[in-house]
Amino acid sequence: MSKNLDINIHHLTRVEGHGNIVVNMRDGKLERAELEIVEAMRYFEAMLKGRSFHEAAIITSRICGICALGHQMTSLKATEDALGLEISKQTLLLRKLLVNGATLQSNILHVYFLVAPDLLGAPSVFPLIPTHKEVILRALRMKRLANDIGDIVSGRAVHPITPVPGGFTRIPTVGELTGIKRKLIEEGLPDVKETVETIKSLAGVIPNFTRETEYISLKHKDEYALYDGDIYSSDTGAKDVHDYMEMTNEFVVPHSTSKHAKHNRTSYMVGALARWNNNYDQMTELSQAAAKELGLTPKTYNPYFNSVAQVVECAHCIEDSIKIIDQLLADGLKDEKPNQTPTKYGRGVGSTEVPRGILYHEYEYDRRGNIVYANCVIPTGQNLANIDDDMKKLVPEIIEKPKEDIIKHLEMLVRAYDPCISCSVHMLNVEFINED
Amino acid sequence: MTTEAKIKPKVAFFDFTSCEGCQLNKLNLENDLLDILEHIDIVEFREAMDDKAEEYDIAFIEGSISTPSCVERIHDIRRRSKMLIALGACATQGGINAMKNLHPIEEVRETVYGDDKYLFPTLPAMPISAIVKVDYKIDGCPMSMPEFLKVLKSLLAGQEPIKPDSAVCVECKLKENECVFDKGMVCLGPITRGGCDAICPSFGQFCTGCRGLISNPNKNAMLEILTEHGISLDEAKKRILLFNSYDHSQSLPK
Repeated sequence: MSKNLDINIHHLTRVEGHGNIVVNMRDGKLERAELEIVEAMRYFEAMLKGRSFHEAAIITSRICGICALGHQMTSLKATEDALGLEISKQTLLLRKLLVNGATLQSNILHVYFLVAPDLLGAPSVFPLIPTHKEVILRALRMKRLANDIGDIVSGRAVHPITPVPGGFTRIPTVGELTGIKRKLIEEGLPDVKETVETIKSLAGVIPNFTRETEYISLKHKDEYALYDGDIYSSDTGAKDVHDYMEMTNEFVVPHSTSKHAKHNRTSYMVGALARWNNNYDQMTELSQAAAKELGLTPKTYNPYFNSVAQVVECAHCIEDSIKIIDQLLADGLKDEKPNQTPTKYGRGVGSTEVPRGILYHEYEYDRRGNIVYANCVIPTGQNLANIDDDMKKLVPEIIEKPKEDIIKHLEMLVRAYDPCISCSVHMLNVEFINED
Repeated sequence: MTTEAKIKPKVAFFDFTSCEGCQLNKLNLENDLLDILEHIDIVEFREAMDDKAEEYDIAFIEGSISTPSCVERIHDIRRRSKMLIALGACATQGGINAMKNLHPIEEVRETVYGDDKYLFPTLPAMPISAIVKVDYKIDGCPMSMPEFLKVLKSLLAGQEPIKPDSAVCVECKLKENECVFDKGMVCLGPITRGGCDAICPSFGQFCTGCRGLISNPNKNAMLEILTEHGISLDEAKKRILLFNSYDHSQSLPK
């Protein structure tokens, strides 16, 4: 058939940052299916030049308001690697607790506020308040719980204050940690079970589309890797984080102010689904049960299921946080000062799983402890080529559907990746022009 | 309550070059969010909803102006807004973004995009008030949520919000915190505009100057104190410029 289709969705909504979806089909042949990134460039790598190691994490946390904690952790790890700063077991545990809190908060925000309106056929979460009040209140309660972890342990959930190179400027009290633990048990666990029920009841609306791709995430021998690990590709196996550039191979494309990345194929996927596919057997019991309930099987190749993997991760983060707090309390909290005496000055790499996928920061320091080189590779940037490849397979499969449905499928696809465009620029607009 | 609809002000949120953390912070008002929504009608908020509107009673703007298309967009929003409020350091003073203005623009573009730098047009990063009239500013990186609520309440009550103009140092003393300088760090609390309840020093960290400087800052004395506490003059200036490059890069001593 000779189908012509032109879609141009300008400034896609319910995503972090600015992007357009552009699709052109001529005589049934797909000419273009791209996510244009039009977010203004930020130039962080240039701004970091000449800045002290005390400032690096303060600056890079401002790359993104949602992923501030993730950027901060990754930045601190890169700095500590470059300057030879050891951290204590207590610092490590507190950081892991913060990463759980930030992952929980971001996943809840994405699933309830950005994805759920699609599943319920609403333009935003606001009209759902009168009709689904209990669900909204639960979402707000879970977000508050996650933000409590950030507010208490790091001073502030957005642009955290206390984590610095070598440790923390303030250690939470026993009372504060016990309080978080009580809320995790009394509110977190029941709420996450209810969340699984809610998402299960809507799962039928999730589009049925599969495209197997390369999945890249961190992998840790002892635990479900969020804070630390080696880089792992489902195609080629493990690699040391210092060799991250062999994984990311960033390149500039004209339709995006965010760079693209590729490794073993034309594209790869990072994020909750990649983490699930690579490390599902290391998740907590409750999250394994949630996955089963939601039909998330090992090796899931439907990108729309990234949101489902995020729900499963919420269960993991809650259970794991309880364990970490127990450990901190059992060890006894110590009023440690951050270790900020460099033992060397050189290059360092940090990598962390942030909610949207694997993040890398690399810095080189001079002998005064100032940055001479910086590079940040952002998860959303790594997913962009994969999103384009998904759209190229998806559009011909749904071309017989009405235009509104095609647009909805494309918007939902991009949203499923939970793109964070502020981060990656260094998103979405769909236009149909002449449709027959 | 009758079913008679109250006329609520039409409120919109827009983001320019920024991390969008200030917008997100609003969604972090979990305990107050539903109450707020009883008093305002959010007609546009791209990060959270699909809807769009033609005119706004209050437009909240986050982020800096940093491309030619930003300039067009902010003029358009200003034309359609009765009141325009800048949210957070990027919008009120250029914030972190304006640090790029300290380097030659060609060098900045090349550092990030290499030979492909010409693909993407850019401008020096500017606060919103460099392009259009701003009716009120809520400072901070991120903006302080209690302050946002206070300003919103004042506006809904038809009152002029009060702008804090005492130093962070004053708020810190009132909280009886141990002085950050005494802990071996350097701090911008003496010249930074308060209103944040000295949150960073209260959590053991130095003040970064994210809320901009008070209206009569003694910058020379500040530089002297910083250098007395062990950092070079060059580093001291950089520290002040972290969030204040747009307003103060020209006025610091050479």
